[in-house]
Amino acid sequence: MKTDKNQYETMVHKASPDSPHAKNFLLAFLVGGAICAFGQGLYLAYEKLGFAEEQVKIMVPCTLIFLTALATAFGVFDKLGKHAGAGTGVPITGFANAIAAPAMETRCEGLILGVGANLFKLAGPVLAYGSAVSTIYGLIYFFFGRG
Amino acid sequence: MAIRLGRGTAELASRPAILGQAAVGGQTEQEGPLGHVFAQVFAEAHLGEKCWEMAETRLQQASMSHALERAHCAPEGIDLHLGGDLLNQCSATSFALRELGIPLAGIYSACASFAQALAMGALALESGAFGKVSACASSHFCAAEKQFRFPLEFGGQAPPTAQRTATAAGAAILGTGVGPRISRVIFGKVTDLGVKNANEMGAAMAPAAWDTLKRFLQDTESKPGDFDMILTGDLGGIGSALLQELARTEAGLDIASVHQDCGLLLYDTEEQDAGVGGSGVGCSAAVLCGEIFPKLQSGELRRVLFLGTGALLSAVSPLQGESIPAVAHGVELTADS
Repeated sequence: MKTDKNQYETMVHKASPDSPHAKNFLLAFLVGGAICAFGQGLYLAYEKLGFAEEQVKIMVPCTLIFLTALATAFGVFDKLGKHAGAGTGVPITGFANAIAAPAMETRCEGLILGVGANLFKLAGPVLAYGSAVSTIYGLIYFFFGRG
Repeated sequence: MAIRLGRGTAELASRPAILGQAAVGGQTEQEGPLGHVFAQVFAEAHLGEKCWEMAETRLQQASMSHALERAHCAPEGIDLHLGGDLLNQCSATSFALRELGIPLAGIYSACASFAQALAMGALALESGAFGKVSACASSHFCAAEKQFRFPLEFGGQAPPTAQRTATAAGAAILGTGVGPRISRVIFGKVTDLGVKNANEMGAAMAPAAWDTLKRFLQDTESKPGDFDMILTGDLGGIGSALLQELARTEAGLDIASVHQDCGLLLYDTEEQDAGVGGSGVGCSAAVLCGEIFPKLQSGELRRVLFLGTGALLSAVSPLQGESIPAVAHGVELTADS
C-alpha cells in the first residue's frame, strides 16, 4: 500500500513532538519580566543620579541595547534566547540582538555589502511593519482620537 | 563490467575498494559518542579562518590530507575527485580543490552528496578509465545556519523537530586493492510527500530513503536481515521512526533491528544540544569514514547498505510555498574477503 500525502502528514504529525508550550511560556514570562524589571531598576537608578525624566527615558533603552549587543558579541545572548524565546525576543533586547547578530556574521563580506546590507535582515520586517502600524494608528488618532 | 539488477541497481564486478579514509570534526562532534574516530578535531569553529565558509574549506582540505596519507597516496596519483557540500555553488569543495590539483567533478545532492560521490566514484573505477578516485564531503554548523536559517548569534528558539548540522568532513580514496568494497550502487528518485516545514528535514527525507531501500531490496532480491546494518544519512530520531513505519505499513518489513542513522550515531541527543540528531553531509561522511569503513576493515561489520539522504530545498523555496523534495542514494558496502 503506497502512502499518500494526507496519510503521511498524519504520520509526521504523530511522530513529531509538540513544543513544550507551558515551559516556553513560563520561561518567557520569567526572563522577559526580569529584563523589564531590570529596565525599571535602571530607570530608578538614573533618576536617583539626578537625570531629568526625558533623559532617563532615552538612557534606559540605550543601556539595554548596549548590554544586549555586548552579550551578543560575547556569544551569551543566543544561549539565553534558546531557553527564553519570546522572553528575550519581545523586549528591546530582541531588536538589538537582531541587528547585532547579522552584523557580526557578515563583517567578513565588507562594511557596505556585508554589514550594511545585512544589518536589517532580521529587524527590517519589524521596522517596516512597525512604521506602517504606527502610521495607521496615527491617522486613527488624528481623525477620531482627539475628541 | 557492471551489470544492471532490476530497474535501477548497478552491481560492480570489480568491487572497488576503499584504500584509505579519514574523518575530521569540530568540538561538539568530538564530545559525542564517536569522538574517538576523528583523525583531527578543530576546537575552534573558525579553524583559524575569518569566516565560516572558509572554515569549511579547511575541513575538506584536512580530511583529504589525512585520507591521502592513510592510503599512502599523493594527490598526483588521484585521477578524479568527486566532492560536495551544502554551501552555495559548492564553494567549500571547489576552494578546497584549488591546491590539490586533482581533476574535480563537483556534485550536489545536499546531504546525500557523499553517497553520490561514492556511487559515482565506484562507477568511474568500474569503467576502467580511472585508476584512483577520491570522494569528499563536508558541512559546517555555522555556515549552514548562516545560509539556511538565522545568523549564529541570533537568540531564537529551535523547534523540537530541528536537527544539528554537523561540523565535519569525511574523505575516502577509492581504487583497486585491499579495503572495504563497494559492491552495488543505486541512485535515488526525487521524492516529495508534501512536507513544507524546513525544520522537519527528517520527515521530508524519510520517504526518499524508503523509496531507494524498497527498490534496492526488490532489485537485489534481498531482505533487511541480509545486512548487518542499513545505515541512513541524517534522518534523525523522527525521520528514522518514519522510515521504519513506512517499511512496516507499505511492505510489512521490520527494519528496526538493523536500521541505524548517522545523525543518531554522531551525537548523544539526550546529553548534547543536537535536537533530534545530526544532519548535514559532513555527518554521514564523517560517520562512514570514521566508524563504518574501519569496522568493515576489521570484519566487525560484513555487509552494510548506506543510504545517504538529502533534502533538496533551497534557502528560499520554503518561503515560496514549495514542499521539500528529497533524494536518497544507496551504496552497498561489504567487507574485503
